Parts: sequence; structure tokens; C-alpha cells
Amino acid sequence: MTDSILMFLAEHTAVAALLKLVLLVLGFVMPLASLSTWAERRQSAMMQDRLGPNRASIGPVKLWGILHFVADAIKMMFKEDVVPAKVDRFLFALAPVMAIAPVLITFAVIPFGPDLCVGQVMSVVTDPAMCKATIPLQVARMDVGMLFYFALASLAVYGTTLAGWASYNKWSLLGGLRASSQMMSYEVCMGLSLMGVFLVYGSLEPNAIVAAQGSSILNWGIFTQPLAFILFFTAAIAETKRAPFDLPEGEPELIGYFVEYSGMRFGIFFLAEFIETIFLAAVVTTVFLGGWQIPGLDSSGFGSFHLPHLVVVLLQVVVWSLKILFLCWLQLLIRWTLPRFRPDQLMRLGWKQLLPLSLLNIIVTAAVVLWRSGGK
Amino acid sequence: MSTHHAPSHSEASSQSSDPVGRKGKIGVRVVGRPDSLEQRVYLPEVIRGLGVTAKHFFANLFSRKYTVTVEYPEQKLKYPERNRGLHRLMLRDDGHVRCVACMLCPTVCPAHCITIVPEETGNKSEKRPRIFEIDELRCVVCGLCVEACPCDAIRMDSGVHAPAVDYRGDAIQTKIDMLKRGTQSVATQGGVGADWREKQPTVKQYDPPK
Ligand code: SF4
Ligand code: SF4
Repeated sequence: MTDSILMFLAEHTAVAALLKLVLLVLGFVMPLASLSTWAERRQSAMMQDRLGPNRASIGPVKLWGILHFVADAIKMMFKEDVVPAKVDRFLFALAPVMAIAPVLITFAVIPFGPDLCVGQVMSVVTDPAMCKATIPLQVARMDVGMLFYFALASLAVYGTTLAGWASYNKWSLLGGLRASSQMMSYEVCMGLSLMGVFLVYGSLEPNAIVAAQGSSILNWGIFTQPLAFILFFTAAIAETKRAPFDLPEGEPELIGYFVEYSGMRFGIFFLAEFIETIFLAAVVTTVFLGGWQIPGLDSSGFGSFHLPHLVVVLLQVVVWSLKILFLCWLQLLIRWTLPRFRPDQLMRLGWKQLLPLSLLNIIVTAAVVLWRSGGK
Repeated sequence: MSTHHAPSHSEASSQSSDPVGRKGKIGVRVVGRPDSLEQRVYLPEVIRGLGVTAKHFFANLFSRKYTVTVEYPEQKLKYPERNRGLHRLMLRDDGHVRCVACMLCPTVCPAHCITIVPEETGNKSEKRPRIFEIDELRCVVCGLCVEACPCDAIRMDSGVHAPAVDYRGDAIQTKIDMLKRGTQSVATQGGVGADWREKQPTVKQYDPPK
């Protein structure tokens, strides 16, 4: 029964892709994003010696206040949706969609587990390449995977800029301009810093990068490309527009490009920000932390300790999500620790410090790769 | 960065006698611009900062080590003795309202939030309030009404603070509300009599210095 379903999915890739997309986005990304809204408040409170929201409850079920995210969502949906008089209504409505759609789509390229060997789920699989039929645990496997990600991620800037422009408010416009200049500056560095990784693992395809990192922790991106890790992480945090790079929002003075938005439209911007955080965690996991790889675990189990294929795959998916959770936690920690940059410091960091370093990283990496391969 | 930290060199050298960098009498600590390479690379300092916040996070997560939050409805701090809470109207020995509707408190009230409508008591020499209302949303909690009252009829030492309300009208405290918080006053009922000055213990004649 299970086998026939899996076989069906292995043959009909479109159905499988749809199913995986739904599972990934509705089963992982959206719950995690809405939980982050609570986690952010709770974690920042703990870091600042407060308690944070711990009260929302359904009857006696309290769960440390996790239910606050339900309360928040209900509040967002029932709030009045104010559209100011002079806004460009079409663009005003389009902006939140433009902000959230690219980040959701880009999840398609993230591999959240190894290929599932259909027909051998209960037996030990020593060589996954010998499988007759496989279901990749990745929505879309494209050779240009990471380029696709860069292309779509740069679309997200339209959401913020349009929101600022369409709102007919000078503060939103300033926020939108800040967002566009910041995102464009840091995209350059983001792309260039990953170039070294592509050289080392010889692929642009996320699953191939994960596979190439293998189960030995020393071969993971964070050890082969430590500088790229720091550069990419910094630039990508700037791309998510959260502190210490929250100039487009600028809570104390601008309130940001979404100042005129209310209700669920604001909620979408809010959610998009958290989804970007999760997505950044997913990319860093894929490229630098070995994706779904577990140190010491290969497709047949830990060394001579064999495990059924299904258990191996499940373990790897779980570890993949744990890595993402950890990186989300780390981003919240950074967001609530560092003070905001000034615009000139931001530009200096991006263009005069991160960019030359990433260029240097490419040159050195290229030289080492060339030397290792014996000049061929 | 180079242009910014230039002046700090002179500053740093002028206070070199003080190893902790304290300068002046009021103990202002002058912190120089980040000069060392370690500080200017920013990353080690960032990691140190993250260490501090992470330490607080975990300590608070597992044992509430540094948490200072008072969980209000369950835990209450004791208010200081002179805290001004919701108003209360004091009672006479027979349980009636002490207020004689002299109108001093509505007169002094800077927020004009006290409404008193007096009525006859039957006793020719006294009035009492038929309506006594205070709009707690307009009250600025200055305590002048308490100061003004000549007969200890109104007080703010109830220790109850103004509750949140759904409608503005609900914030108006009525006479009954305030009487419920009232207690008997320790002041002598009816005063000590018109001849209280004569009854004071005699003091020595004032003797100005020559
Ligand atoms: S405390 Fe001040 S403002 Fe409030 S009722 Fe008394 S006099 Fe008026
Ligand atoms: S000052 Fe005292 S006695 Fe006079 S009206 Fe106010 S509460 Fe009553």
C-alpha cells in the first residue's frame, strides 16, 4: 500500500512536487514563521531579563504562552484594513503580495532530506545511486538552483519599494528607498560570497552541494569556507531587513515602508520578514551546515551500525529542521543584541568591507581549487 | 573610520593618569573610539556581545536567574505608604458620610473632575453630598482634594489603583463606590468645639531676640 503510493509519487513528479510544497510550506514554514512572532517576543524578553508574553491560553492550556501567535493572528485578521485616501490602490494592494510571494517560492529549491528510495524504505540502502526509483525530498531540482534563489530573492525588493512608493507618505517612501538601496548593495555581496562555495563543491544545485559536503563535518561549508560563511550570513541578515540592519523599518523614526498598512496587510509584511529569516536559515544550513547531513551518518547508518532507509531519512529531515531552528534562534539573538547601523556605516560595511573581502575570498578559493586539482 | 577616531588619541592621552578612564569629579567615564584592530574588526566584539545576551537568555530560560518581572495580578508589590490610590470617602462614627459638601475639593481640583450636588440633612447647620462623583479618567492624581478637605472626608490612601474600564462612564466613581472603601476617621467627631484655641496648652509668650 505505502509502496504503491510512493511508486505513484515517484512516477508523477508534478503531483509529488505539489505534495512536497504543501507539506513544506504549510507544515513547516508557515507554522514556524507564526511561532517566530511569539518566539521573538519571548526570547527578546528573556535576553532582557523580562518574561515576555506568557499568558494567552485556551482554558487551562497555557503552554508558556505559545498560543499568543493564535491571538496575534486573530487580531490581525479582525483589525480594520485602513487604506489611506491618496494611495495608489493597485500598487498598495500588490506590495504585500510582492513581499511574501518570492520568499515562499524560493523554498522550492531547498532540499530538506535525501532522495527517498522507493521500494526499499524498510531495508538498508548502502548505495543510493543504485535505487530504481527515487523521490527527491526537494520541491524543484534545478541545475541553476542557487541562481534561481538569487533571482527571486531580488524580487522581494519590489514589495518593500512599492509599499513605500504607493503609500503616499514621505516616511514610507524614505523607508522604501532605504530598503531598495540596502537590498541592492547587499545582494552583490551575497552572490559573490557564495561564489567560493560553488567553486569548492562544483555545483549550483543545492542538493548536490549538500551531497558534496558529505557526512564528515570537516567537509562542511562552514569549515571549508569560513570567511564566506561570515560574509554571507552578514549580508543575508541585511537582506532580511532586521536589526542591526533595520534601517528601512527604523522603528524610532520612520516606522518603515509599511507605516500606512494595517490589519492583515501589515501582517503579511510581518510574516514575510519572518519567512525570510527562516529561508536564510535554510540557505545557510544547505550551503554551510551540511543541509540534511548528520556527522557520521551515511545512507546505510552509522558506520557498521545499520539502520533502515526510512529511519535514516527521517533522522536527516529532523536534523535538518533542528539546524534551521538553531539558526533562527541565532538570528533572533543577533537581532536583539546589536544596535542599528547608521546609513553611511551600512554602505561602508557593504561596499568597502564585505565586498572586497568576498572578492578576495573568490580569488583565494579559486587559486586553492586550481592548485588542488593540479592545474587542470 | 580613520577620520572619526583621530580626536580620541588626544583624549586618551589626557586621561592616561587614570587607568579606569574616569575623568572629572562626577565620574564621567570617557570611552575612547574603538582603536585596537580587534575592536575595529567588530566581529570579536559582536561575538562577545552575543555571549552576554545568550548567557542571560539561558539563565532566564532555565532558572529565571535575572528575571525581574513582577507578574502583576498574581504578585503584587506593596505600595509606598503615601501612594495615592482611588479616592475614598470617610465615615462618621454613626456610619454616615463625613463630607459636609463644603465644595472646597471641587474648587481646588485642577482637573475639574469632582461633581458634588449638596442636600439638606435636616440638621440646620450641616449639608451633605447627595451626589459625589469623581471621574477617575480626568483626575490627575494630584491629591489636592485631600489637602483641601477641612474634615478628613476624602482620602486617597485606599491602595487601590484605577482599574481599566471598557467604557468611559465606568471610570466615574460614585459616592457609594467611594464610601465602600471608607473607614471611620480618627478625627474627633464634630470637632473639638469652637473654643479649641483656648483649650490648647498655653505656650510661653513669644520672646523676640534683642
Ligand atoms: S486628586 Fe487632584 S485631580 Fe484628582 S480629584 Fe483630587 S484634586 Fe482633583
Ligand atoms: S472638601 Fe471634604 S468636606 Fe468639602 S466637599 Fe470635599 S470632601 Fe466634602
